[in-house]
Amino acid sequence: MTATQQQFCTFYIQGLLFGVEVETVQEVIQHQEMTGVPLAPEVVAGLINLRGQIVTAIDLRRRLGVCDRPGDALPMNVVVRTGDGAVSLLVDEIGDVVEVEQRDFEEAPDTLACTSRELIRGVYKLKKELLLILDTQRSVNISASASESSRACQ
Amino acid sequence: MDEFIQEFLVEGGELLDQLDRDFVELEKDPTSKELVARIFRAIHTLKGTGGTIGLKKLESVNHVGENILSRLRDGKLRLTAEIISALLAMIDINRQLFASVESTGQEGDLDLTETIRSLNEILNGQQELQGAAKSENDSTLAGAPGSTLLGKILVEKGAVEEAKLVEALEVQRSGDPRRLGEILVQSGVVPQTDVQDALQSQYESREDAVNSSIRVDVNLLDKVMNLVGELVLARNQVLQFTSNQKDPAFLNTAQRLNLITTELQEGVMKTRMQPIGNVWNKFPRIVRDLANSTGKSVRLEMEGAQTELDKTIIEAIKDPLTHVVRNSLDHGIETPAEREAAGKPLQGLLFLRAFHEGGQVNIEISDDGGGLDLDAIREKALERGIFSSQHAAKMSDREIGNLIFMAGFSTADKVTNISGRGVGMDVVKTNVEKIGGTVDVSSVRGHGTTLKIKIPLTLAIIPALIVTTGGERFAIPQVSLVELVRLEGKAAETGIEMIQEVSVYRLRGNLLPVIYLNRELKLGSKGGKAAEEVINIVVLQADGRQFGLVVDEINDTEEIVVKPLSKQLKGISCFAGATIMGDGKVALILDTFGLAQHASLAGESRTHGVSAAKGGLGESAEQRESWLLFRAGDHGKLAVPLSMVSRLEEFDPKTIETSGNRQVVQYRGEIMPLVRVADALQLPVETAGEGSIKVVVHSEGGHSVGLVVDEILDIVDQHVTVTKRADAHLLGSAVIQQRVTDLLDVPELVMSIAGEGRTA
Repeated sequence: MTATQQQFCTFYIQGLLFGVEVETVQEVIQHQEMTGVPLAPEVVAGLINLRGQIVTAIDLRRRLGVCDRPGDALPMNVVVRTGDGAVSLLVDEIGDVVEVEQRDFEEAPDTLACTSRELIRGVYKLKKELLLILDTQRSVNISASASESSRACQ
Repeated sequence: MDEFIQEFLVEGGELLDQLDRDFVELEKDPTSKELVARIFRAIHTLKGTGGTIGLKKLESVNHVGENILSRLRDGKLRLTAEIISALLAMIDINRQLFASVESTGQEGDLDLTETIRSLNEILNGQQELQGAAKSENDSTLAGAPGSTLLGKILVEKGAVEEAKLVEALEVQRSGDPRRLGEILVQSGVVPQTDVQDALQSQYESREDAVNSSIRVDVNLLDKVMNLVGELVLARNQVLQFTSNQKDPAFLNTAQRLNLITTELQEGVMKTRMQPIGNVWNKFPRIVRDLANSTGKSVRLEMEGAQTELDKTIIEAIKDPLTHVVRNSLDHGIETPAEREAAGKPLQGLLFLRAFHEGGQVNIEISDDGGGLDLDAIREKALERGIFSSQHAAKMSDREIGNLIFMAGFSTADKVTNISGRGVGMDVVKTNVEKIGGTVDVSSVRGHGTTLKIKIPLTLAIIPALIVTTGGERFAIPQVSLVELVRLEGKAAETGIEMIQEVSVYRLRGNLLPVIYLNRELKLGSKGGKAAEEVINIVVLQADGRQFGLVVDEINDTEEIVVKPLSKQLKGISCFAGATIMGDGKVALILDTFGLAQHASLAGESRTHGVSAAKGGLGESAEQRESWLLFRAGDHGKLAVPLSMVSRLEEFDPKTIETSGNRQVVQYRGEIMPLVRVADALQLPVETAGEGSIKVVVHSEGGHSVGLVVDEILDIVDQHVTVTKRADAHLLGSAVIQQRVTDLLDVPELVMSIAGEGRTA
């Protein structure tokens, strides 16, 4: 792998392909039973027991401000390492690990919704589709504003 | 850093701590050869090892110290307080060097010439003693190192008389190359077997000291602890499988796994435990130094130093305890002159005691000093407006004493600087409470003060009550639990009464504010019917207040492993952490204090719910007050400051009697006059209802007056701007809850009644 190449662990949220750097991903696991946290920001889906470690799960759909998953669909957990321990990101479906070239990178278009633009660092133009790069640190940083983020449902 | 240096710093640090203790000990018992020998060895080790790894300054300063010690040991130098002070100063220099090496890897540019010079002065100053001390009582048991222990053991066992032993020692000293044991056996004083036994026990005691412990990285221990936690969960799951398995071999194995896991868990927990003595060890030195600098004479006694606590807790109480000890010396114990005047022994006593009780560790710090000046505290509190004068009269000495824990005797946003005892005690309280402990002070004027600290054994694993609400399980730490109340049938329907939005329950005559967990946490209650038939109230204590928490179900008490919440959830004050339950699911741990604050019970009066009148003065200082809203006659809303209200009562109309021209009621063993607010204000009166009479009880100076109202509406907490009115018995009007409300002037009303009574 040369300096201009990078690997991303990919997943889908509402049909869009997202990626996070492979190095930040601790593991990918099946849907886990969660304990809800009352009074928490709504992007916090709950707490999961990851082999004795309590990990906070963040619903990326809510974080990105898109509508909730249809009732029967169970999300997958992408457990990422952050500055403050492991956090689980809830996603719709897991994709492949893809390798991208630096020359395919482009900034996110300005026309993206405000919350999304804040969380998406840029876009890689893959052959078939676009890969949106998620800023994990920002995704798990939940300020008061994030919980009030407008949730435009298409 | 070099591994050797690292290791030396750890071991040397322990040596220095030990030296501190030994020197203080030596000061009390200056003739102890054993102590001198031990100190000598420690300093020798510091010098030798320091020199080997290239710490030249350390080597040079300890070299002088070693010389002094060797003279002391040989009796060529007589021990004085100055020598001990100088040697302690040398220990401090050692510490500074250690700190420097630890942070920079170098000894730094600390100037040692002065220290070494003063040490040398001591060394040379008493040279003349050399000859005088020649005739040392070397023939005592302690005289000959090396064989001391053997001789001692033999004497203690009764195998040999002391006189015979001294004889043998004489023989040995006169040049006999044989060992003490041999001399004794060969001269037929002691049988061979006894000597062998004694040698064995001598050997074992040496073994113990050297080989019984190893150093382990705390991080590694934490990791092992986590793994054991996981093992426990895995074990639980395996045990669940056993219920539908028939294979006896498998069942046996599962049973074995169960036992081993439990024992392993206990063992690992123990590795984290440390005796509280580890913290206390530094107190002899602190006490000595402080006593010397304040010119006091203080004896430090400790009991229960081996009481064990979790390492994290030991760390957490280190500073609070030190503060308390300093405080006791500084402000508690008097100077010898004062003590003599008071007819007490000149030497003050500081007594530390630790013991286990009810799954908690109790630490008591008592001194036999002057005690707290309760009157001064009371005065200061009044001056600061912490409570009203009538409240102060009712407060017990203990309550007054505990005011020293308030931040500078004031509400948090005020300046906290006051002089004298009490400064910093709020920090002690905060720190102790942070780890789930409590502090209490009791004091007898002139006889001393005792501070009692209760702390949990461990933070990692705590006993907790598991409750269910809205289908979710929550853990409530046992320390904040006071009692459980279960209301069934009729009691469940009527037990909880409402004052507008505020729910209260009469717990043995006191009004207990009640909050509903599902409402506080915005959870739906599961199956409404059960909630109707049975009400479970968990009575909790947080920061001196009690309140009731209504939950759907009370499950069980369990030992839970506390895990912190992630950053995203830190802001929610209602939760103290999370834990993993036996079935592998996560449950949240409730933070009693945070919950009370969330439910804005924080402003409620302390200890007894609404019944103990709250501090009106303190509230007004904040320009905020709680108001009791009520209705009298056809009039709109009326309000009185809640601080004027001691209780809300209901009386049966039949209990009302007439005395003179007044209506009275028997209340708590006294005759309480009743005042109809509507009549007093000459308001149009509704036709009197059949039901009970609602009375707002106002107490002042030990006398109560009942204000009869028609309906209690609400308690609000808000800032009001009063518009003066000329009407009798009214302070004026204000806007409360968007409605114009008349404010009743209670003292004036009561005065006018009393006046009538006198004239009548």
